[in-house]
Amino acid sequence: MTLTAERGPGRQASTAAALTRPLGVLLSLPYRLLMNALGLIFEPLQRLVGIKGMPYLFVIPNLALFIIFAIIPILLNLVYAFTGGTSLFPANRPFIGLQNFSVLLSCDNFLDPNSCLVDLFWRGVMNTGVYVIVEVSSLILLALFTALVLNRNIRARGFFRGVYFYPTLLSSVVVALLWKWVLQRNGLINGALEGVGMPTINFLFEADWARLATIIVGLWASLGFYTLIILAGLQAIPALLYEAAVIDGASRRQQFQYITLPLLRPTLYIVFILSFVGAVQVFEHAMVLTDGGPGTATSYIMHFVYNAAFAGIAGGRNVGLATAATLLVAVVLVAFTLVQRWISRNASDDYST
Amino acid sequence: MSAATAMLFRTRGKRQLHITDMLSYLYLTLGTLIMLGPVLWGVTSSFKTPAAITRFPPEFFPFAEKTVVVEGYEDPLPLFDVTMEDGTVRRLAQVRRVGLERQMIDPAAPEAGIIKAKMDATEIVQEFRLAWENYAEPLQQFDFVVYFRNSIVVTASATLLTLLLNSMLAFALSKYRFRGQSAILNIFLIMILLPGAVTLAPKYLVITSLGWNNNLLGVIIPTLASPTAVFLLRQYMLTLPDELVDAARVDGASEWYIYWRIILPLSMPALATLAIFSIMWRWNDFLWPLIVLTENRNFTLQVALNLFQGQYDVQWGYLLAMTVLSLLPVTFIFAFLQKYIATGIATTGLK
Amino acid sequence: MLRKLVSLVILLSLFVAASVQVTAQEPVQVRVMADLVDDQITVFEEIIAAFEAENPDVDVLLDVVPYETIQQALPLQLETGVGPDIIKSTDIPGLSPYYLDMRPYVADPAYWDANFGPTITMANPDGGDRLSALYSDLTVTGPFINRTLFEQAGVAVPSDSSDHVTWEEWEAAAVAVRDATGVEFAMGLDRSGHRLMGPAISVGATYLDEEGYPNLAADEGFRAFVEMFVGFHTNGVMPIDIWAGGDGARNGRDEFINGNLVFYYSGNWQIGSFAANIGDGFDWEAVPNPCGAQTCTGMPGGAVFAAIGATQHPEEVSRFMDYLASEPVYRQWAERTLLAPQHIALAEAGLNWNTELPQALKSLDVFAREASNISPIAMALFTSPNIGPVYNATRDRISQIIVGELSFEEGMERIQSDIDTGLAAAASS
Repeated sequence: MTLTAERGPGRQASTAAALTRPLGVLLSLPYRLLMNALGLIFEPLQRLVGIKGMPYLFVIPNLALFIIFAIIPILLNLVYAFTGGTSLFPANRPFIGLQNFSVLLSCDNFLDPNSCLVDLFWRGVMNTGVYVIVEVSSLILLALFTALVLNRNIRARGFFRGVYFYPTLLSSVVVALLWKWVLQRNGLINGALEGVGMPTINFLFEADWARLATIIVGLWASLGFYTLIILAGLQAIPALLYEAAVIDGASRRQQFQYITLPLLRPTLYIVFILSFVGAVQVFEHAMVLTDGGPGTATSYIMHFVYNAAFAGIAGGRNVGLATAATLLVAVVLVAFTLVQRWISRNASDDYST
Repeated sequence: MSAATAMLFRTRGKRQLHITDMLSYLYLTLGTLIMLGPVLWGVTSSFKTPAAITRFPPEFFPFAEKTVVVEGYEDPLPLFDVTMEDGTVRRLAQVRRVGLERQMIDPAAPEAGIIKAKMDATEIVQEFRLAWENYAEPLQQFDFVVYFRNSIVVTASATLLTLLLNSMLAFALSKYRFRGQSAILNIFLIMILLPGAVTLAPKYLVITSLGWNNNLLGVIIPTLASPTAVFLLRQYMLTLPDELVDAARVDGASEWYIYWRIILPLSMPALATLAIFSIMWRWNDFLWPLIVLTENRNFTLQVALNLFQGQYDVQWGYLLAMTVLSLLPVTFIFAFLQKYIATGIATTGLK
Repeated sequence: MLRKLVSLVILLSLFVAASVQVTAQEPVQVRVMADLVDDQITVFEEIIAAFEAENPDVDVLLDVVPYETIQQALPLQLETGVGPDIIKSTDIPGLSPYYLDMRPYVADPAYWDANFGPTITMANPDGGDRLSALYSDLTVTGPFINRTLFEQAGVAVPSDSSDHVTWEEWEAAAVAVRDATGVEFAMGLDRSGHRLMGPAISVGATYLDEEGYPNLAADEGFRAFVEMFVGFHTNGVMPIDIWAGGDGARNGRDEFINGNLVFYYSGNWQIGSFAANIGDGFDWEAVPNPCGAQTCTGMPGGAVFAAIGATQHPEEVSRFMDYLASEPVYRQWAERTLLAPQHIALAEAGLNWNTELPQALKSLDVFAREASNISPIAMALFTSPNIGPVYNATRDRISQIIVGELSFEEGMERIQSDIDTGLAAAASS
């Protein structure tokens, strides 16, 4: 842990402090009141259950919420996945075994969504596959490159770091709306194209452009986040190593290859896993930007899930299909993470021996 | 090529402007344009009048048509420079546009009647003006004040409870030994990996059963128990010496007192990071509120923005103005508390 | 720092909670969810205000939402019992299980029976006599043109000289106008399965087979229409932006209002909106439905205001619906919004449209004639209990054909299998 406390400017501004302290006391009053009030509940309880029982009291409120809003939904997910009908209430849903899964997985040719019974799910899978491959690889390369540049001894580093990071704070709706305004038929880019006499492009309504748009917007919105993680990884590499390498006459390329990359490996692994899990779940910004269109070109897996569960697909809402699809995705994700972990563990063993 | 590779592989350089430095600055400047461009474009567009916003190709800065009040016409009329057939240019006001033709009137001599002009012989007269009405009107007409209030309620209460509940659990996990401890920890850690969208539909049923549909409670409560938050706080509290707790116990302090008078103040950096994260998470939440909230007056800002852009006849000026307003809190956090976010991400790898 | 932040947050929450508490102390709330536009909102709000002045114990809240919300989010809300008290919907029989029977509550059920008979039949697919709904408007689909653009292009409006203008003739004229005036789009048709039906039936589609089952894969007329319609997109007559799908896509209505579209196929409900948004900015008008090989028909339709059975306040809901249904109020609604009412006494008495705009009056005339010329096939389709899944299946799959994701044959198969799935699901639930 390298979290450092931001202790404020210290005592130098004593006059200002003298002025703000009464205000501070006043402002922290509700906080004290709340905590003391909770103390009135917890202290008598301590007499009741003893010190040994206290950790449970600290755990219970959070754990209860966790069970209700995380554990029970997962169990319900299984209930939905193995039952049929259109109702949301499990009592009205007949048990149908693996039928939801077999419906989802029935394909003559898994590479051609048109040959599948639920073609929209497989279109989502295919679109998501392409999205994940392009997004994750370009994200890692770009984030690594940007972090390396930002790690150099340059002016206004804080400013540039902030600039790259800023979009990660924006909500997916805002991100998509801003970009829609840039990309649409009469948007900024087409205005510029028109200005220099080039033909305009209907970015959001041509399948390949629309796919690229969702990828670029996704990149734009998360590049800063991963750059920051890699930057932290870079800065954690002891400068001593580089100094020693320079003394040994190592070239910059060698320094990068033999010091930076190996030591950055755990960080890159985290970046890979996080960006992969995030990319598989791509949905929100694409929904606002293109709503899956044109046709189903930007309809990703979660789009299918959302439509099946809430908005309706052919045959109306089908929460069973939706949850079965999420379970398939979850299985793939967990398996992927485990395999990755296993491979990287083996690889690092190889390296260290 | 060698310069580019040298730039990449070089990590700490001397202070002299090398070609690799130039390339770095070039890359960063280009990046700045791409990263900030869409936001700035949204901001300047949000100050454009409806006429200026539909103009193509668009202008970067908000220019509004210059208008003039002409006797006999209720609304102010836009001014145009018209090239007359004899080659002279006159400044006339447009009464209406009919297809390829403009029906004009001379503001100085309205009694002279309508003068017809071909579109391509006219040029609109513009002035720099910020269309503040894009901000004022949606706030008055479309309940955006209510949406802001809802977003503030959700963000504030969820953040408060997130801090309280998760710090309690983290405290128990880091400063006690009890049966079930490792099981709880492991379940929470696994849940970090599981994608949140997996349980969307069942969570909706739970909310429905609790009667929290179309209720801000349904947006706030399910987000509170956060594995990420527990992880972040526990890691930090583990670094605090257990002797502090023991000493306080010897002095007769209650466990609750130890928690909030000793551990919490010492965990301030981690709590501050979590607070900032939580504010960002809740302010930006979209999909879940979209599903839970059904009544316009309960909408949060993000849901309202999405609804607004789905309406027929989207007033892009209004939409962009409200988008810009919704950016303000996160921009504020970004400007003043960036350091906390940066350390938070760097230490936990979580967003 | 954090302590103050937390405290500030507590204070803020308390303050806001207090303000929420105050607003919660109001009279019985009746919530209306409707996809109203333009003047409809103003008129409806004035009706609400007048009602509330007479009934201070009731507070009617109007939620104006996009049509997609009614289509997509509302059914789930109704199933979970958290929906609004009154809805405006086009899926009249489909949502009927959720309707409230207002018969015990309305002041004079006989008035409803006498004037809203067709609505009652429509809203009771099981043959009951529940009073649940009244039409916001009866609709018929048909095209609008921008006559000003025709004049400037020097192209004659085909319907001026002939009562039997084909789609191909309109296409040629609209393209000529587009090219001569430099506007962006020649023709546009709303992205909706319902909007396809009139043109498709004109070309020769029947949609329903002899047993009344929608068998589109074997419907030669429908196939011919889809081929023509897809052709309109591949040859650039219609902009891909409307039918490629996607939320916030360009819609023909906005383009038509902005004078950017020559020929726009929609329906009579747009008249009020055009009167408000175009006015006399250019000469717009409705023209008769284009002809295909078979006939020249529009498609009937309509939206109702329906009371929902899950309401906590059936008495107050019924009181508001009764007020809305009363002749002067209902007349006001129709006359000011230029929407066609369904009210027998009103139809006999005739309406005084609240507009002097020649463009609007002419369009109202044209659509009145279109309404009396609806083909029996369209009528049978409109009242068929099997029509539900047809709308979305045709809309979504034809979009996919247009953008090239599905071949024509694949698209036809998918349309049929979507319909089959939908009808099977409806039958089993």
